[in-house]
Amino acid sequence: MSGSASPLLERMREWSFALAGRDARARLERLRTPANEYGVDPYGFDLDYAVGALAPFLWLYRKYFRVQVHGIGSVPTQGRMLLVANHSGQLPLDAAMLGVALLVELDPPRAARALVEKWVPTLPFVSAFYARLGQVVGTPENCRRLLQAGEALMVFPEGVRGLNKPWSERYRLREFGHGFLRLALECDAPVIPVGVVGAEEQAPRLLNLAPLAKLLSMPAFPITPTILPFPLPTRYHLWFGEPMRFTGAPDDEDPVLEEKAASVRAAVQALVDRGLRERPGVFR
Amino acid sequence: MARPPDPDAFPGLPGTVCVTGIAGNLGKQLARLLHGETRLVGIDRRPFHEAPRDLEHHTLDVRKNKVEEVFRRARPEALIHLGIMHDPRMPRSEAHSFNVVGTHKILDICARHGVRKVVVLSSANVYGPHPDNSNFLPEEAPLMAAARQPDVADLVELDIYAQSFVWRHPEIETVILRPVHIVGPTVRNAPSNYLRLLRPLTVMGFDPMVQLIHVDDVCRALALALRPGPRGVYNVVGPGEVPLSAVLRELGRRPVPVPAFLLRRLLRQAFESRLTGFPPGELDHIQYLCAVDGSRAIRDLGWAPRHTLRQTIRSVLAPA
Repeated sequence: MSGSASPLLERMREWSFALAGRDARARLERLRTPANEYGVDPYGFDLDYAVGALAPFLWLYRKYFRVQVHGIGSVPTQGRMLLVANHSGQLPLDAAMLGVALLVELDPPRAARALVEKWVPTLPFVSAFYARLGQVVGTPENCRRLLQAGEALMVFPEGVRGLNKPWSERYRLREFGHGFLRLALECDAPVIPVGVVGAEEQAPRLLNLAPLAKLLSMPAFPITPTILPFPLPTRYHLWFGEPMRFTGAPDDEDPVLEEKAASVRAAVQALVDRGLRERPGVFR
Repeated sequence: MARPPDPDAFPGLPGTVCVTGIAGNLGKQLARLLHGETRLVGIDRRPFHEAPRDLEHHTLDVRKNKVEEVFRRARPEALIHLGIMHDPRMPRSEAHSFNVVGTHKILDICARHGVRKVVVLSSANVYGPHPDNSNFLPEEAPLMAAARQPDVADLVELDIYAQSFVWRHPEIETVILRPVHIVGPTVRNAPSNYLRLLRPLTVMGFDPMVQLIHVDDVCRALALALRPGPRGVYNVVGPGEVPLSAVLRELGRRPVPVPAFLLRRLLRQAFESRLTGFPPGELDHIQYLCAVDGSRAIRDLGWAPRHTLRQTIRSVLAPA
């Protein structure tokens, strides 16, 4: 696609390279997947487009949220893995920042795939945008296929219940679903717990207009201090834990899996608690 | 089942092969590919002009009792069933009778007359485009197409009937092929016609990955399925998947994006007043994903696409 790239996309890419730091071009080029003659992988991931689209997120990462990473050395640089993180902030910017961190802090960089909600493909523009960034709908079939191909997946087991939780519940992790654990067991993939600190304060939910959310078939319609969930410039801290390996049958009964999922949840909560203890302030 | 991938000839073909729907575009291509390699017996209610000379054609509706007489005389060892009509303008009852009753009849005749191999052409359309589809549907995925596209209900029913035939007649090797959107110079189906529009309407903000297969590659998959061994359901994917926007760009089209709700209404109105031949249900194909996993056919049939992605896309431009 390099031949037909628009000038805007080209400028966005230059911006990305400038923000990503030293050797960014060569580093990001290493992500090139076995793409077809139209520059996309079978899932629709388009590296040239993605690098351009990365620019605003990189700007948020570097200049706005001023993300700090802790313990990223424990993230495997190759092979299948599940990154499991807490989810908050009304808008899924925590996922974006985690994705950016793996691209710019890890050497070699990794393009992790986030698993999107099933309603995302029904949204105009958003659906096409996500697809070009290599995001896929989180069906078990998709996850299995990606893990077996040695890819990294980002999982937020709290789902929208975590994303849209009210201010009073901040940093209290919701129950974890355990679908991700069945997947980890089935594909023998390590789980890397990630604690995200800072996203919770970016857009405190004061109230939820549930009827309006229902009307727009959205999971929630949060009202924040800025009315719409426009994020405040909090400082993000991403805490990466040691890989956790699980053994057992993927089709064990729910209580067995819940126990294992609870241990991941505890690991994420511990990372979050540590992050909260060690940060100098919400905006610093 | 270790076979050399992508052979030039098809050794091991049955001696006599009956082909229904042979006078259609796909059937004619298939006849051209197979007529030197095996004895072909065609059944189609349309006459087959310019048929190869060694081909025995019967201008006959598959529902007619005379079909059995053809089988008694010609004694085919295999059947390729292409006789599936997809004409959205056809009255529903007539299409249903032709497709479903016709398939029941011809498969029953096969069971009675010692046919060893049955290859039924279905389509990857049977899964149906859907926002929460996995990126690559395996053969086991549920056939959801009829829920949103009533005009493919026949095809789904036929596919399911053919599946039941697989287990009811273990003595017959039945193969069901589900190729993705077939395109080609002579092909006149909805996807090919859509790609021939100079200013195609698209759904604003949607750009699904699409899979196209060249008609010649479908014919080769049908030929490979005839050989002894394979049985069951096979998705047949062409040279890969590509965003719809890239296909339109390759063809030099200038798409006109229209918001989904408007486009849906427009298309329904236009179809009902006969301004367009595109059934409204087809719209889902340019909005949502309906892509399949074709690895089983590559492994078991030894099939591989001959046409590259670019050649496949550009084939709709070639003169018929």
